[in-house]
Amino acid sequence: MSEIIKVGMADLKVVKSPNGVTTLGLGSCVGIAIRDPITKIGGLAHIMLPDSTAIRNNTNIPKFADTGIEELVKQVVAQGASRARLVAKIAGGAQMFNFSSKSDMVRVGDRNVAACKEKLAAMRIPILAQDTGNSYGRTVIFYPETGDFVIRAVGKAETVI
Amino acid sequence: MEEINVERMSQEYFDILKELGNIGAGNATTALAQMLQCKVDMKVPQVQLLEFKEVGEMVGGAEQQMTAIYLGVEGEITGSIMFLMDMTTAKHLVSKMLMGMGSNRGIGGFTEMELSALLEIGNIIAGSYLNSLSDLTRLTIYPTIPSIATDMAGAILSVPAIEFGVYGDKLLLIQTQFSDEIELNGYFILVPDVDSYSKMLASLGIISQ
Repeated sequence: MSEIIKVGMADLKVVKSPNGVTTLGLGSCVGIAIRDPITKIGGLAHIMLPDSTAIRNNTNIPKFADTGIEELVKQVVAQGASRARLVAKIAGGAQMFNFSSKSDMVRVGDRNVAACKEKLAAMRIPILAQDTGNSYGRTVIFYPETGDFVIRAVGKAETVI
Repeated sequence: MEEINVERMSQEYFDILKELGNIGAGNATTALAQMLQCKVDMKVPQVQLLEFKEVGEMVGGAEQQMTAIYLGVEGEITGSIMFLMDMTTAKHLVSKMLMGMGSNRGIGGFTEMELSALLEIGNIIAGSYLNSLSDLTRLTIYPTIPSIATDMAGAILSVPAIEFGVYGDKLLLIQTQFSDEIELNGYFILVPDVDSYSKMLASLGIISQ
């Protein structure tokens, strides 16, 4: 029997096929799924903020794009995934509310996505697919077995990227 | 001024914030009753400091569809405030406000008129909440133009969670249950910028200026 493991906000989990991993209701946060297609070991991180170095209180590793992705990679490799074969898919980074101006906190979704792409590029992990931006929340389910990244949103058909 | 650590707040400070939350929610309920011209009962609000992971569960699941009105807070206290309600509550309030003229579409589908009615409800509720906070602390506090979203609870809550996330790993959630003919569920999330905590406590004479 396979099971689907839940990842909370500012959290990450590693799973082995046939298990899947999910995070519910991604808003401006970003879900980063990585896997090794051969060993079928993968994981999902749910990050909230782009940059740990911009913040004093930064001990919560999975909260930030930079430290969260690093830790996720470390953990999947520790479970037996090959560092060189890792590939990624990302989703989330929506702008939930439409503010006229205010601080760059408003654009945090975009900044989260940009930070994830930057970090993955720096670590030479290719992004195979993404579903980011817009103004709606997403629930994602990742299956390291197939690499399928299932995305659900309110009032929209389920998609697989 | 003493800096307040949200993570390791003393019981005394927490109780005071709770009380501010209670009074604010009480005021908001009164404003709601006046607007809808009916009697609205309120239960004692529950105030909790929650880990991000628990927030979704608290409001009935991260995928639970909800409507939220979100306003910036400016003046001597800065930050933001969110009033969050489940869809039953939102539908009920909007139909009361529009005196039954609202459409009865499926979940999530609000018309322009219903959305603007909801914005107004949120505006009044959050505004009166902030007013009572302003009266108590004698600080100038005013809300910015509200913005509305209907989506999964987790996605909506990610917004205040991210704002809070800059300072800590927990979110202060005030749950108010009120009822007229039916039970309604509303939640307040006040996200003061980190130095606004000390300002509030200082203005109440709890900590030295």
